Amino acid sequence: MQRPDWKERWSGLFFVAPFLVLFALFMLWPIVSGLWNSFFNTSLAGVKHQFLGLQNWQDLFGDPAVWSSLKNTLVFTAMSTPPLVIIALVMALLANRKGLLGWLLRFSYFAPFVLPATVVTLIWVWIYQPGFGLVNGLLTAGGFAEIDWLNTENRAMLAVVITTVWWTVGFNFLLYLAALQGIPAQVYEAAAIDGADGRQQLFRITLPLLSRTTGLIVVLQLVASLKIFDQIYLMTNGGPNYATRPVIQYIYETGFTSYRIGYASAISYLFFAIIVIVALAQFKLFSGRKEAVG
Amino acid sequence: MPPDQPPSRPGRRAVLGGVLGALALTGCGSFGSKPKVREWNLFGGGDGARLLQIHQQYVAEHPDVAFQAHTLAWGPPFYTKLAMSAAGGRAPEVATMHMSRLKGFSPTTMLDPIPVDLLENAGVHQSDFLPATWDRCVIDGKLYAVPLDQHPFVLYYNLEICKKAGLLGSDNKIKPVKGVTAFLDMLRAVKETTGKYAVSVDTTSPWRLWWTLYGQLEGEFFSPDGKELVIDDAKALEALDLIAKLASDGLTPRSANYAALVAQFSNGEAGLSFNGEWEVTTYQTAKLPFSMAPFPVVYDVPKFQGDSHTFVLPHQAHRNADDTKATIEYIAWMLKHSVEWAAGGHIPAYQPVVKSQEYLDLKPQAEYRSVAPNVFYDPDAWFSGSGAQLENESAAAFSGIATGQATPKTALAQFKAATQKLLDTPSPV
Repeated sequence: MQRPDWKERWSGLFFVAPFLVLFALFMLWPIVSGLWNSFFNTSLAGVKHQFLGLQNWQDLFGDPAVWSSLKNTLVFTAMSTPPLVIIALVMALLANRKGLLGWLLRFSYFAPFVLPATVVTLIWVWIYQPGFGLVNGLLTAGGFAEIDWLNTENRAMLAVVITTVWWTVGFNFLLYLAALQGIPAQVYEAAAIDGADGRQQLFRITLPLLSRTTGLIVVLQLVASLKIFDQIYLMTNGGPNYATRPVIQYIYETGFTSYRIGYASAISYLFFAIIVIVALAQFKLFSGRKEAVG
Repeated sequence: MPPDQPPSRPGRRAVLGGVLGALALTGCGSFGSKPKVREWNLFGGGDGARLLQIHQQYVAEHPDVAFQAHTLAWGPPFYTKLAMSAAGGRAPEVATMHMSRLKGFSPTTMLDPIPVDLLENAGVHQSDFLPATWDRCVIDGKLYAVPLDQHPFVLYYNLEICKKAGLLGSDNKIKPVKGVTAFLDMLRAVKETTGKYAVSVDTTSPWRLWWTLYGQLEGEFFSPDGKELVIDDAKALEALDLIAKLASDGLTPRSANYAALVAQFSNGEAGLSFNGEWEVTTYQTAKLPFSMAPFPVVYDVPKFQGDSHTFVLPHQAHRNADDTKATIEYIAWMLKHSVEWAAGGHIPAYQPVVKSQEYLDLKPQAEYRSVAPNVFYDPDAWFSGSGAQLENESAAAFSGIATGQATPKTALAQFKAATQKLLDTPSPV
């Protein structure tokens, strides 16, 4: 291949320039100015701000709301990721068939994902209501006591997780389904000729061949779960008593309800660092697995 | 054709020219020579629909004014956007604001004072308002807001249920009760009739109920200079204990959020409802047999948690005299037409309308107008007021009281600690 001369190189830059400008303006600049703001008592109200040095950072480590909201975020991630991966896989295995049943399963598994967050939360807040909600109706009909799902500190997070799984599992399901359909039929035919039963085919062929997809889904899911905000804000507003408030909501409240942009920036940076660490750890695991399989 | 020369593509200059031209157009605006009035408000519910109708009438009567109204999401999103636009000096000409947020909004930097002479030229005078309401709008001797209405915490009652419970007088209105015992007797009578609850109330955020009761006990909150928390533990606990008792006796639900509150009163599970007055349209639409009354005086003095919508002039770096004049005339016009606004439940602040026969004929909206002088506003602080952080902290601390997850004592301690933390935070406004 010929080495491109300088003109061709620079013309390439010209073509990506519009994207680069937008990227710099809306990604790089906010990232830098966020870090800058975290050293000031910047106010959204435009009041003159002063340099604070590391004061915001010191406050952050002594602020129990930061740690409790971070903990809530991690608890949500730990509770939601396993079911979102495992249920998606089971659903994909069930739906990976031809005919009307396969079509019906594919449709019904994916349908909730199409709904916007507002609709989903509206539906589920009614489902969880004590007194006249569907879930409590079933519980009382079965002779159990009612549970005040969204207003009990140790139940609210579970309620949000159930809603989130119902709503978003369709996306992971679709990724698994695509991967399943990519496995050649000959592999199963060969295995059947060798006398492998269904169980052996599942554990020796299907799951190993899906491991790359599983890695991808776990990464995407962890990042998505760490960014939890909308359904909690709409279902419990972080309550009861902040038992479900994720760190993004605390950042939002600090920066936008209380106008304290400087302090909110410092908390964002702490959270940013945690996501980077999680992503790096994932990357390590993921690249290790690739070598083992491939 | 050479690949680097695709056909019929607009030249760089043409694109650049077009973009600059478009920017110039939006920058200068297309209002022409008409004075412009851009209004931001936070009425997304039933009152928002009413506001649209009133605005349509305003536009029809004022073809010489370029008028634009924008409704933004209630609460923090609205105040965030308003603060940012005012901080940048590029705010709309006029916006609505809760009176309780006024002092916390840094009026001297983020709001422009209202020219009282223009207001008087437009036919609106200080004497047209209740003195206490007007005084709250004056900061450092300057007027920063014009009150449109007041919206107190009131009592809704189901006429059929209350009749069966024997609570109605010969005029078919609920008999007023005074004192804790009479209050509890009334609630028990309703509970026996419904077989379920007496009252529907938001237990997940009981701020309005608690602040009403605490106000009726004449409790203080901040020291006069606003720097210290001087909450009266005994009175605060008395009010919280009553809230706990209502729930544990089954008079109110142990857990109901705002949507459940409305549903439980609508479907007759509760014969009474404690809430702001703005749901009147909802229950009228549902054809519910109901009326409204002032919230009972459970303790010593009549005080009712409430707030007031006002018009403010958010700060503009380059205020235009013609626009300001048209804006003040818009505010005056809105006040004079506030009987239509009152149909949505709010008590007009403009006294000539309050005294008008048209308003007095509004039923049940005129039934609780007597509480206007006793509306009890949220404490003054940058973190307080409708939709602000103090209400969130109270919801977090107090929501466990009705469910029984928290005792009034621990809830109060938590609320006081959270308030103290907010007090210790330097004000960002």
